[in-house]
Amino acid sequence: MSRRVRLVVFLIGGGAVAALLAIAFLSMPHFGRSEHLYRDLAVPAAVKHVTANVVSSVNFDQRGMDTFGEETILIASVVGTAALLRPAKEETERRVPDTGRTLGATRLVGYLMLPVSLVIGLDVVLHGHVTPGGGFQGGVVLATGLHLLYVSGSYPALDRLRPLELFDIVDGVGAATFAAVGLAGIAFAGSFLANVVSFGTFGALFSAGTVPILNVAVGMEVFAGIVAILAKFLDQDITVVKEGDQ
Amino acid sequence: MTALLVLSLTLVGVAGTAVVLSRRPERQVVTYSLFGLTLGVLFLALQAPDVALSQVTVGGAVTPMMILLAIRTMDKDQKQRREREDS
Amino acid sequence: MNVYAYFVAGWLLIVGGYGIVRSRHMVHAIVSLAVAQAGTYVLLLAVGYQNNVTAPVFGSTEKPTKQVVDPVVQAMTLTDIVVSATVTALLLALAVQVNKRQGTVDPDELAALEG
Repeated sequence: MSRRVRLVVFLIGGGAVAALLAIAFLSMPHFGRSEHLYRDLAVPAAVKHVTANVVSSVNFDQRGMDTFGEETILIASVVGTAALLRPAKEETERRVPDTGRTLGATRLVGYLMLPVSLVIGLDVVLHGHVTPGGGFQGGVVLATGLHLLYVSGSYPALDRLRPLELFDIVDGVGAATFAAVGLAGIAFAGSFLANVVSFGTFGALFSAGTVPILNVAVGMEVFAGIVAILAKFLDQDITVVKEGDQ
Repeated sequence: MTALLVLSLTLVGVAGTAVVLSRRPERQVVTYSLFGLTLGVLFLALQAPDVALSQVTVGGAVTPMMILLAIRTMDKDQKQRREREDS
Repeated sequence: MNVYAYFVAGWLLIVGGYGIVRSRHMVHAIVSLAVAQAGTYVLLLAVGYQNNVTAPVFGSTEKPTKQVVDPVVQAMTLTDIVVSATVTALLLALAVQVNKRQGTVDPDELAALEG
């Protein structure tokens, strides 16, 4: 259909959606009210399982099945992206010339911030159950910290520090750990992903039972997944050429 | 509704409109990063530090990098295709 | 004023949809989709908000109490942000491959499925 027809159809459909949304929003409970039924149930449950960060408790303890599904979506997207960006039959990979013409200041800041970012990422993953953070955020910080090497140095440096087979293994190990903790829940307490490790004291590093273990599993998986995705995009841009060119 | 909340909500709305109205993808990446930043501030004002951390890392570093790499790859492929058709 | 947050979320959704419909470049459509997704995040967090209370994280200075914002919607939103970034990666990979095969990224110029 032409652009004009598409616009007219959108205006009709979008207008209807907007009208329905407006009616719905005007009869919703008003913004900032004090009755929240889920919160009244979730916060005492988190405190009973000695988890200081209630959001982590909801993610990995009370609604662990949802997080299991979400990290499966993550792995599926990584596999799909890797399959789509494979070099085709008529393409080859060429070696990248080692030309680095970044500013000295950029390189210095990158090399300084690389260990800092990696340590901060590890901290966010490990303390996910006591401070804001967790496996998802920490994994992303780790992955982008590693790519500071690409921003500040050169691509061959990043390539040396990023063995892709190892990252694929780490991705699988993370997902398998999540499933193994779930099965341990069945073995020891009778339900999938039940919290079976001993709770510690409130706010300590060893508290909240299985939540830190699941945080580490998800952190590993998100780290490896995002590094794998970015590696495929970088390869497509830098190394893959159609046979016959250069 | 504090003034901070009203301001951050308005900024989010304006930034979202700016992202959609940026035609060229290279410019859209920059506006998208700014939109991600305003979203992070809004999430903090809504008392959600976990979500703000998630949004700032993902919307500030990962997604713009992927989009820029994809745009570069597409431009390179189109240029090679044009050179092949010319020769 | 009490429903302003919901209307901003609805506006982001509509504007994102408009961007997808009127786009001339597949990457523009993908980023407009991300804007529409952000509208749902704003709506989720606005539903869970309560005036003048703090975040649902306790520590040595905040004793456990029920006067916090809703943690369930925050849990849903934060996993969604990371996972939808990987789905965006999948869409971008699709766009790259379409560009390789067809030589164009304009949705109006893409040929129909070739047999």
